[in-house]
Amino acid sequence: MKTFHIRTALVILAALALVLPVAFTDAQMKGTIKIATQSPLSGGQAALGEGIKLGTQLAIEQKKGPIEKLGFKVELVPYDDQAKPDVGVANAANIIADKDILLVVGHLNSGVAIPSSEKYKEVQLAMVSPANTNPVVTDRNYLNVSRVCGRDDVQGVVGAEFAKNTLKVKSAYVIHDKTTYGQGVAEFFRDDAKKKGIEILGFEGTEEKSNFDPIITPIKAKNPDLIYFGGIYDQAAPFFKQAREKGVKSRFMGPDGMDSSDLTKIAGAAVKGMYYTSVAGPVSVYPKAKKFAQDYKAKFKKDPEPFAAQAYDSAALGLAAIEQVLKAAGGKLPSREQVSVAVRKTKYSGLTTNIEFDEKGDPKKALYFVLQVASEDPAKWGENKEVKRLEIAAPPLKK
Amino acid sequence: MDFQLLIAIFPQVLLDGLILGFMYALIALGYTMVYGVLEFINFAHSEIFVVGAFVGVEILLMLKATGGLEVLSPFLILLLLLLAGMAVSGLLAVTVERVAYRPLRGTPRLIPLISAIGVSFFLQDAIRFVESIWRNAFNLVYPTMDQLNHRFTLTETIDISVKSIVVIVVALLMLWGLHLLVNRTKLGKAIRAVAEDQATASLMGINVNRMISLTFLIGGAMGGAAGVLFGVQYSLINPYTGFIPGLKAFTAAVLGGIGNIPGAMLGGLVLGLLEAFAASYMSLLTGGAFGAEYKDIFAFSVLILILIFRPKGLLGEVVRERA
Repeated sequence: MKTFHIRTALVILAALALVLPVAFTDAQMKGTIKIATQSPLSGGQAALGEGIKLGTQLAIEQKKGPIEKLGFKVELVPYDDQAKPDVGVANAANIIADKDILLVVGHLNSGVAIPSSEKYKEVQLAMVSPANTNPVVTDRNYLNVSRVCGRDDVQGVVGAEFAKNTLKVKSAYVIHDKTTYGQGVAEFFRDDAKKKGIEILGFEGTEEKSNFDPIITPIKAKNPDLIYFGGIYDQAAPFFKQAREKGVKSRFMGPDGMDSSDLTKIAGAAVKGMYYTSVAGPVSVYPKAKKFAQDYKAKFKKDPEPFAAQAYDSAALGLAAIEQVLKAAGGKLPSREQVSVAVRKTKYSGLTTNIEFDEKGDPKKALYFVLQVASEDPAKWGENKEVKRLEIAAPPLKK
Repeated sequence: MDFQLLIAIFPQVLLDGLILGFMYALIALGYTMVYGVLEFINFAHSEIFVVGAFVGVEILLMLKATGGLEVLSPFLILLLLLLAGMAVSGLLAVTVERVAYRPLRGTPRLIPLISAIGVSFFLQDAIRFVESIWRNAFNLVYPTMDQLNHRFTLTETIDISVKSIVVIVVALLMLWGLHLLVNRTKLGKAIRAVAEDQATASLMGINVNRMISLTFLIGGAMGGAAGVLFGVQYSLINPYTGFIPGLKAFTAAVLGGIGNIPGAMLGGLVLGLLEAFAASYMSLLTGGAFGAEYKDIFAFSVLILILIFRPKGLLGEVVRERA
């Protein structure tokens, strides 16, 4: 008899376990609102891409309250764009097919964000970018595309300005990775450096990932004061390392693509003391992000990578916009276009800065930093020193 | 155009090209030996090569963790890495042959080729899977060994590091050893006999399967050694690192005359030099209009020209010595 009781109890429990959750959601929730992230979650840039996903996840958990009160569950759906445009676009097609997705936070790479956002535009799905700095992202003047960070045309200028006025360099050699982002920022740096009287000794693009010998040889012979690498750390780090090993003595500099602890993990002492510009400082430079950094560390057992706080802001701003639209529509599920319109109008006091968009989706004022790599130890990446901070308005839309 | 600069960097570019060329040559041997015996392109060879590089980095990281990196002589460590890389890659190549190619022997040529491409994808993701669980890392870095990074300055603009010398010496030794093995030993004679005619060779009492396994073992071991040297020289590796060098080495093998051992070496050197000269000189010669990014286009255009005039490769007809 005893076994029978236990078995009955188990069966009842199992049945309840199946029925109860469904019963609860049906009773309380009117539906689900999904927030998608698109960023590289595998491959060489996964460290930064995961930061974007986790930052968004934290924002959803902390800010979903008001929307859940209005009767909608909020869910995160992370997509891996592998830093590849074709994968990003294929994911975008899946995203627009899922009617519950009202907001995309992403991408990491401008070259992926631009074609993917063409897909989002087909249905006016709002994309808020935490990290895409290429001017084209917003210069297309799409209603649904906004970003919370600065732009490469300004970033390149900030780099050239710092090289000229603080480092006092006379000559520079510019390398880029041939991507929309890397080549773009390298060209802005080159053009502005030229204007400021820095001699440009060379301008090279390369997709090479391991053997930089043939590129370094002419650089070493020309001995520039500064080498500027427009690209991402997974390619720049071996380049810098090999250049130092081959006896190149020039200073190194790069854009925000350098901003990952993997740079020192790969290049070690070669990059100690190098400068990089960024639209996103380390979390420590934002006074309001202190609690975010603690929560992040407590939850994910690691320090936030650059752009994680920007991803948090992007998601939180998006959630605030969705909440407004929900309220205005009397608790009915809004259309994607309504969300896009609301995102553009939302003023939001974020962790990183006070965000207010201009007509084309750039923040009216964005912060730009020049940072210096403090140590060859990747664990001390967070200690990188801020050497300069500028607040610059986005250039107006060219008509 | 800065003529003086062109002259000044010439020896350095030559050196860069030679190092790259020897690397290609070592990898190309794996393609060419297998082709010589089975007339089949082992596209999984680029992953066999990368496995060697991963074995090397794992041993180095373990030595670093236990403090052995500072105590032991770097040359001893290098020898250890090479032996381990060769052993693992060689055995892996034999296993791949046993599992994925031997059951398909006798089927149309394209079938094992597709199997090889499948193995290549499988191994890439297997490495990625293991490394992401084991180290939670995608990119792995060879720890620096200062003595190997020491540079000898030859002139003001030219110098060479110890590890570059090591690459050249090891590559030459291995190519020479392989040459002796194939041409001067009984085992080599048996391999050549199998390459000429499998049926007749087996009638003469040669164990064909064993000789084919041996071919894969040698080719794989060469690939593993190349992987270790690649890691030591260029330091950053990831599971997909093998693809491009593998493709280039395959090209080098075809250029030299596929199936021909000295040809693979010559092809590797020609391709390495072409690439180095294109990357260093193109933007200097064209005033920046065509930069280093066009190095592969230039190198491969020259290859097409060579193959138009010598369709069997540089040494394809001169020496009918297939191994």
